[in-house]
Amino acid sequence: MVFMRKVAIVGVGMSKFGEEWTRGYRDMLIEAGGRALADCNLHGEEIDGIYVGTMAPGSLVGQEHIGALVADFMGLNPVPATRVEAACASGGVALRTGYLAVASGAHDCVVVGGVEKMTDTPGNEVTSALGGAGDQEWELFMGATFPAIYALMARRHMLEYGTTEEQMASVAVKNHLNASKNKFAHFQNEITIEMVLKSKAVASPLKLFDCSPITDGAAAVVLMPLEKAKKYAQMPIEIIASAQASDALALHSRESMTSLRATKVAAKKAFETANLAPKDIDVVEVHDCFTIAEIMAIEDLGFFEKGKGGAATQEGKTALNSEISVNTSGGLKGCGHPVGATGVKQAVEIAWQLRGQAEARQVKDAKIGMTHNVGGSGATAVVHIFKRAE
Amino acid sequence: MIVMLHSVGIVGYGSCVPKYRIKVEEIARVWGEEAERIKKGLGVSEKSVPDVDEDSATLAVEASRNALAMAKIDPQKIGAVYIGSESHPYAVKPTASIVAEAIGATPDLTAADLEFACKAGTAAIQICMGMAGAGMIRYGLAVGADTSQGRPGDALEYTASAGAAAFIIGSEKSEFVAEIEDTYSFTTDTPDFWRRQHAEFPSHGGRFTGAPAYFRHIMGATQGLFEKTDTRASDYDYFVFHQPNGKFPLEAAKKMGIDTEKLKAGLFTPVIGNTYSAASPIGLAGVLDIAAPGQRILVTSFGSGAGSDSFSIAVKEGIIAKREAYEGWKLADYIAHKEYVDYGVYVKHRRKLKSL
Repeated sequence: MVFMRKVAIVGVGMSKFGEEWTRGYRDMLIEAGGRALADCNLHGEEIDGIYVGTMAPGSLVGQEHIGALVADFMGLNPVPATRVEAACASGGVALRTGYLAVASGAHDCVVVGGVEKMTDTPGNEVTSALGGAGDQEWELFMGATFPAIYALMARRHMLEYGTTEEQMASVAVKNHLNASKNKFAHFQNEITIEMVLKSKAVASPLKLFDCSPITDGAAAVVLMPLEKAKKYAQMPIEIIASAQASDALALHSRESMTSLRATKVAAKKAFETANLAPKDIDVVEVHDCFTIAEIMAIEDLGFFEKGKGGAATQEGKTALNSEISVNTSGGLKGCGHPVGATGVKQAVEIAWQLRGQAEARQVKDAKIGMTHNVGGSGATAVVHIFKRAE
Repeated sequence: MIVMLHSVGIVGYGSCVPKYRIKVEEIARVWGEEAERIKKGLGVSEKSVPDVDEDSATLAVEASRNALAMAKIDPQKIGAVYIGSESHPYAVKPTASIVAEAIGATPDLTAADLEFACKAGTAAIQICMGMAGAGMIRYGLAVGADTSQGRPGDALEYTASAGAAAFIIGSEKSEFVAEIEDTYSFTTDTPDFWRRQHAEFPSHGGRFTGAPAYFRHIMGATQGLFEKTDTRASDYDYFVFHQPNGKFPLEAAKKMGIDTEKLKAGLFTPVIGNTYSAASPIGLAGVLDIAAPGQRILVTSFGSGAGSDSFSIAVKEGIIAKREAYEGWKLADYIAHKEYVDYGVYVKHRRKLKSL
């Protein structure tokens, strides 16, 4: 790799995730962006680049040309602003794009945002818009919505590894517990295994409480070269690895139904870049759009052996301050999943954890953190590793 | 803000519910849904179904005749008839003229139809209050009536039902069965539920119909009335809230710290479904059937789009004699008189069979 500059997060911010009837698309992104700038005392004149991850504002709120919208409403014209789209990984890929822009020397101060406004749209239209993350011709047209696709993966995981519905339910229970300690989370309530198992079937074996919700929200981070970062942040968070991988758009074209190759490839590359192993990670935000997705993620990222993710979750090995603290924000299930915002929110949560600002959900002495963001059913995966800058 | 200068009250009231019912189980059976979950989720077990020859006009006429029978007044002295509904049989041609003619109030009166989703019935009451209070009319007839629509398979289909309630409003205190002490309305432009011209069934915003629509307006109007009249929950013996299902009114009460027991007497949606414009008026009629003189009732309607009308109503001595002398059907009689239909007959009654 050619010489690149080290990059750090200097400011983070997010809007309250949830069913935000009184906040529009631009209100939320301004709120998150404003908080990120205030977090590092920036007034705007230092910013020379904007990247914003958002998946489907055209279908959901009728707005395209998001880059210009963000620059305009953040009061940052004429700074160049670019929209990044990679389905549910839009936020993670936007973060990586911002990272590359700073690392390469093209930009010196970049704001990366992620946003989605979903609750103004009827549920069936949201399902259809999200369906665009899969293969429209071979999956959607044939009736395979996202819950159905992940249900197929869950069934196969149950068959191959004996994963149970209780084990999947324990992912949701743990993430709700974490979310109850996060004031920005969509859900603030704890749930029980029984509640998950008794909830309405969405696509068997996935039930309502196995699925992440339709959420409104935005998140933002400010990136700078590490050598400049100390001037703006008391505790800059260095991005020590950024990796991304692609795979077949449709589930039926992949080599496995129980493992995401893109996740494995991106994770391998990220660990190599950072010269770290899974055991070095203190806290990780993984992409749990469905409970089975978290089980597959913690296996594919190397925290647990393939097939053991369900049992590990049920045994509490992924709970706060256990073997590996997974989804302390509440994850997509508990904190909510405004698709374009998710990948950026993961970085916000890790920054808070590494700074020791995660309040009641603080992972003890967290030094190294990781984010894992997936687009569609696994066609895009993006992994970042972070550490407290010395 | 609405200002009350003169006392107005209810001099007679009546209701009407069609005799046919369909159970949640039967609708769920057709659509492959779990009946128990729906019953628990909505707090509704069955709903009324109009007969093939019943519509908002016939239901309004029957409720109005009952109100007249109780009020024991000369229909020729009714100076205004207002019918609130979102299922007027005609797009152009008033229901109010049909009702006025049928009860013998024509031709010396004014009449018109009203529409404000589920609160047009209480809007009719407010208009009659204004006219009676101003001395423009001797009596006004305000009716909420609906044969509400729900798209087959939509969540609304489990609750959209039929019924009517009528109130004769006057200003002569000695005639009151109950005095309407005050009213307060809370209105905003909130598109939570609508039906466009030529559309057969309404559309709705799903969960948006909850917090920003029903709850904001019901609570806004109720608390506005508390403030305007300097009263609190403990000053009322009964509460009647618009009841799109069996759960929302109880939830709204809880949020305002109102004892939910005070809602039970006026909560009929669990057994007759959501009668839309008739829902809170029927709730009021049911409470008036059992309330004692001196007791106070707070009624708050809700109409999508959106608005709520809240009323403080004091039951008067006059109710005893009028209730005893009344020989027609009370709400309880209509509720008890029922015959179940299956989904096929329901589809015929509601004209949902396209090849007919």
